[in-house]
Amino acid sequence: MSEHAHPNYWKVYWWLLLLLAISIAGPELGIQWVTLITAFGIAIVKAYMVARNFMHVSIEPRFVTYMLVTMLVFMLLFFMAVAPDVMKETGSNWVKPAWIQENLAYEAGEIGDGAGH
Amino acid sequence: MRPIANTRSVSGVPTARLAVWWVIASEIVIFGGILMSYLMHRLAHGLWADYASHTTTWVGALNTFVLLTSSLSAVLAHKCAVNGDGPGAAKRLLITAAGGLIFVVVKSFEWTYEISHGYTITTNTFWSFYYTAAGLHALHVIAGVVIMLIVAAAAKKGRDLHRVEIIGIYWHFVDLVWIFLFPLLYIAK
Repeated sequence: MSEHAHPNYWKVYWWLLLLLAISIAGPELGIQWVTLITAFGIAIVKAYMVARNFMHVSIEPRFVTYMLVTMLVFMLLFFMAVAPDVMKETGSNWVKPAWIQENLAYEAGEIGDGAGH
Repeated sequence: MRPIANTRSVSGVPTARLAVWWVIASEIVIFGGILMSYLMHRLAHGLWADYASHTTTWVGALNTFVLLTSSLSAVLAHKCAVNGDGPGAAKRLLITAAGGLIFVVVKSFEWTYEISHGYTITTNTFWSFYYTAAGLHALHVIAGVVIMLIVAAAAKKGRDLHRVEIIGIYWHFVDLVWIFLFPLLYIAK
């Protein structure tokens, strides 16, 4: 069992709850960049706080951090490798007709309830 | 006699704790793959914002609150274990397990509501991702609760207190995954 100085866990907890409240309230403003920062930016901050203070990653030997970061890099590599095929409607020798039709119908307001407009 | 896996420390990390770090490393790839796939589709389909608008933010927020609170009790259990207070650690682990159960109960009510309104895993790709990601996470919560109860039973008798930290690390990871699932599935509408 690791023996180390314990941070003030209650203080960390209250900060996490405050950040949760902000991440819920931010998107209510309906401004896209505010939503991105308050929802996803704060999620990254909360994750860092949990990993550092609750999981005590910072007091483990450095190779543990490297191990976890390597897996996060794999995630990004996966995204970069696959995203061009998934996110585009057409490519060199392929096309997604159903997807194109769906997007056109959505833009025309024929499908969906308008929440995404 | 303690198992050798808990007493060897060739890497500078007790082997049992090193094992849970490896579990988490592999879990990052599993959940990361799902989250990245979701993100690609979400960014490419404006329509998915409409689908996501049918999830209930306050239910997701309630479950986030429950998991954050259970993480607090898990780390407080670890603190008790470090101080040799087995019964104290067991008590806090039981609070954590109760948090896990509340999470699953809330989720089951939420899914019942959604399914009864026609949003099932086969409705469209968004709902397939929704049920797959949240379902896999819920399975991890259930597994965590079962393990936690076993660890708590031993800790109450003052046995195997090092396991309190091990299950705690796993539980915080389950919390971490939800921290990212919450904005993706409930907030970005």
